[in-house]
Amino acid sequence: MDFTRRETLAMGAGAALLSFMPFRANAAAVDDLIAEFTGGAEMGDAGVELNAPEIAENGNTVPIEVSAPGASAILLLAAGNPTPPVAKFAFGPLAGSQTASTRIRLAGTQDVIAIAQLGDGTFARTSKTIKVTIGGCGG
Amino acid sequence: MATGVKPRVKVPGSASAGEVITIKTLISHQMESGQRKDGDGNKIPRSIINRFTCDFNGENVIDVTMEPAISTNPYFEFQATVPETGEFKFTWYDDDGSVYEDSKSVTVG
Repeated sequence: MDFTRRETLAMGAGAALLSFMPFRANAAAVDDLIAEFTGGAEMGDAGVELNAPEIAENGNTVPIEVSAPGASAILLLAAGNPTPPVAKFAFGPLAGSQTASTRIRLAGTQDVIAIAQLGDGTFARTSKTIKVTIGGCGG
Repeated sequence: MATGVKPRVKVPGSASAGEVITIKTLISHQMESGQRKDGDGNKIPRSIINRFTCDFNGENVIDVTMEPAISTNPYFEFQATVPETGEFKFTWYDDDGSVYEDSKSVTVG
């Protein structure tokens, strides 16, 4: 079989694209989840904070804190997990502040995304990369 | 069926009216994610607590939707306003339909 230089290049590009597919599928799932939460609305940068360690030794339990003053709900996503949704916090009328901390599982080094629905109905997004030494999904 | 589920909640016993207090909750639960496999390579089915709510005298403080990415023994820390003497009610909803409850009263004085 003879391959021209053009064909070889095309095959290489195809193979590269294929190897990216799982990641792309996951990214699409994250985008869908965000769209479901925001209804496709634009997202600002200010108004939501995500507190997490830069390096987590154990992916099974990563302490994390989200806060968004005046928000009615905060959605938390882990883009690199087999199932990206992590939690959704909805704050009631008696919430003392729109802050919550918990512990989450991360499969590996990845971006964690927090999206808040602010008091005026707009959305804010922030994300943070967390390095994980030992993954937390026990595959 | 999850066994040995035991909720633990930390709430100050008294507060002044309108004070914002910090509440810590922990519930012992396996939180089986549905991703792990047993020794024979079979998937262990998912079994998690999927929702947690906290109410004070019937008014909602926080309502959390939980996914398998929440760690074993789910822990939450959040803040609540105490307008009057009353009772905090904590409820956890399990995948298998079980509901775990705990309550703590706070005196405003």
